[in-house]
Amino acid sequence: MQDITRRRLLWSIPFATAAVAGGGFLAMLSGLRKGNFDPREINIPVINKPIPPFSLIGQPPSAGFNQQELQRQTKPILINFFASWCIPCLTEMGVLQQLSSHIDIWGIAYKDKPDAVSGFLERNGNPYQKIGQDPEGNIGIEWGLSGVPESFLIMPGGIIKWHYPKPLSVASTQILLSLLQ
Amino acid sequence: MISKILSPEFGHFTLALACCLAGAQFIVPLMGAKVKNNRLMALASPLAWGQFMALTLAFACLITAAVTDDFSVLNILQNSAADKPLLYKITGVWGNHEGSILLWAFILALFGAIVSAYSHHLPLSLRAKVIAIMGGSAAGFELFCLTTSNPFLRVWPAPLDGQGMNPLLQDPGLAFHPPILYMGYVGFAVPFAFAVAALLEGKVDAAWGRWVRPWTVLAWALLTCGIALGSWWSYYVLGWGGYWFWDPVENASLLPWLTGTALLHSALVVEKREALKIWTILLAIGTFSLSLSGTFLVRSGILNSVHAFASDPARGVFILLLLAAISGGALLLFAWRAPNLTSTGIFTFFSREGSIVLNNILLCTMAAVVLTGTLYPPFVQLINGQTLSVGKPFFDNALIPIALFLFLVMAIGPVIAFKKGNIQQTFKTLSIAAGLSIICTIIAFIYLHQIFPSLATGLSIWVILSACSDFIRHIAFFKTSLGNSVKRMIGLPRAFYASYLAHIGVAITILGIVGMAASQQKIVEVPINTTIHLAGYDWTLTNIEDRQGANFIATEAVIKISKNGKVVTWMFPARHYFDRQKQVVTDVAIHTNFISDLYAVLGDSKNSTQSTPLFVLRLHYNPLAPWIWMGGFIMAIGGFITLTDRRFRIGTPAQRKKVKEA
Repeated sequence: MQDITRRRLLWSIPFATAAVAGGGFLAMLSGLRKGNFDPREINIPVINKPIPPFSLIGQPPSAGFNQQELQRQTKPILINFFASWCIPCLTEMGVLQQLSSHIDIWGIAYKDKPDAVSGFLERNGNPYQKIGQDPEGNIGIEWGLSGVPESFLIMPGGIIKWHYPKPLSVASTQILLSLLQ
Repeated sequence: MISKILSPEFGHFTLALACCLAGAQFIVPLMGAKVKNNRLMALASPLAWGQFMALTLAFACLITAAVTDDFSVLNILQNSAADKPLLYKITGVWGNHEGSILLWAFILALFGAIVSAYSHHLPLSLRAKVIAIMGGSAAGFELFCLTTSNPFLRVWPAPLDGQGMNPLLQDPGLAFHPPILYMGYVGFAVPFAFAVAALLEGKVDAAWGRWVRPWTVLAWALLTCGIALGSWWSYYVLGWGGYWFWDPVENASLLPWLTGTALLHSALVVEKREALKIWTILLAIGTFSLSLSGTFLVRSGILNSVHAFASDPARGVFILLLLAAISGGALLLFAWRAPNLTSTGIFTFFSREGSIVLNNILLCTMAAVVLTGTLYPPFVQLINGQTLSVGKPFFDNALIPIALFLFLVMAIGPVIAFKKGNIQQTFKTLSIAAGLSIICTIIAFIYLHQIFPSLATGLSIWVILSACSDFIRHIAFFKTSLGNSVKRMIGLPRAFYASYLAHIGVAITILGIVGMAASQQKIVEVPINTTIHLAGYDWTLTNIEDRQGANFIATEAVIKISKNGKVVTWMFPARHYFDRQKQVVTDVAIHTNFISDLYAVLGDSKNSTQSTPLFVLRLHYNPLAPWIWMGGFIMAIGGFITLTDRRFRIGTPAQRKKVKEA
């Protein structure tokens, strides 16, 4: 190969990169038009996947919990990420209270301070059997959290059966309860 | 009267006229260059001026419609209202998609006109080509404006009043942030045009480097100001207490800034040494392409961002085509022509040029990290449907180590001589600065107990002290008489002062960021006459009162700040309720002494059943926060000072004299 051809090939790399990016953008735009590409969509493929490794310190008086403990459970557990600073979490507290008579709910206080969490539970009731703290939000990243509140149904053995990235409503709890049958 | 002449239809016509003139500005000079016809090439400048004047009229028409409340114009109807203050009627013109594209085209035309005014010393054919490329880009944007984003559309029947503007945008900070930011983005069209013109000419030399540098510096300084203003706006208007959120749109402005900073330095090597030519051309093309793709990403709606413009895939396709024509065309030309460019200059690794190469590698790596973090989510979603977001942890972990290394190099680079540096000499100049910086790092570590913030503090001080040491060396302070030193100080080229200022500005911004990381905050729900203790201050909520604003109702808290029993200041955080939009905007109260900010936000008060109402307050103590933006403005001032340097003011011919050693 001639030297100039080789140099030309080398300096086409920027163009090739830009062309690939441009092709990707075009595909995204056509997806936007057809409705099968939505940048605001939340779709985390966690269903039927095992729970991630994690370990949480407890929110007093509750003790903390970890991956092994959750895997050892013999009945389904609902993991609920919440925060005292989160208004939608406040709205879901009533639904969680009702749900707590059907299923054990373990809470994870996301990016929160222990004092704030106790105040929140004092004011709004405590539907949780156990509460762990995730003050930096790192455990949330392990779980693929998109925000709070978010709930995960964990089957015995530690498999995620159901995932709801929004505040629980009466309608959504119906789906949840049907899964428990 | 004036609104009769400057009607929306006239605006529409002048916009179309500008588009035609821009098209001619693209084609005629290039044809002239092809057939070597000087008269055709000389038409470039009048065409650029014609296009600029036509667009000025179009822009004036839109502003006239906004100021005279012409709600028969769809754009005014959707974004304005009769009771909006006059300043925001004017600035609201570019607070929406259509208007901002018109502003973008207007600034591009403005730069075209300025280039043709200040380029008489350029060879005729290079000048014609530069102006032609500017015209081509402008024509694309004006066509975009005419076809998919016409700001002059009428509605019938015309309603009595408009729908009003988003109250968040009714702020002086946001009035000036977009035009200055756009001037930065669009300013990079000039180095881009120079790069493409040089590829067409097949020649890049020292003179080219000297011509392109002031334009790069100008665009860079404006972009720096624009980013700093935007960050400042988010700090004091949004009331979240933050200043940078790694939002895709913020990243889109950071990308051209990073590559533009690299370009600024590499063009210096072209000017001094006739080396790094291909790389500099690529950076010039890349920087403007990144500016353009930022616009594309925002307007097309493919990125999930808080900066919501009415997104429309049809517009996205048009901008993508425009991007393909401008950047794709330039990169294709680059691949074909760049291999013929040869470098003549040589330099050793330990030289000013070597340090600039390292600077370029580090800045471009940072740009690559930001680009990856920004585009990873949409591409992953496109490929396997999975949604994810990339945020602060990724950017912090990936960027901080590179940035710290860059600061280390940044302090040494300006002290090393061009071509071949002297290690002993450099060490001698910097030894005191290095020693002091190490001591500062250790002190910082004792207080902060964290590695990265202490290193960042130490390295910022290192950058500042090494600039001071270099200055002392240049004016031979202590070595010669005071009078002689002052004489040397006056004789020192302004470019030196500019580079000192810009580097010190970076260090000040970094110190601000480190300080901000140590901020303290408290959220409380308290009745009136409660005192809260935060960061050594006593914050007493003394009263809450309602008052009527221009187009809103304000609920204002009165907070007395005292320290050790002495009143420091009074703060008035408020909530503004805009009835038209049924929207509440927080009005943050900030008290600054330039070392730290006291920052108070009045929250939503719940309808409490108790006899004494409770009010939510969020109080922050932000140490060194003002330094973040102060540093940005100091960098920009450095840039503007460079522009006044003798080398750029007086077009000295290319010369290959040895760089004088002090």
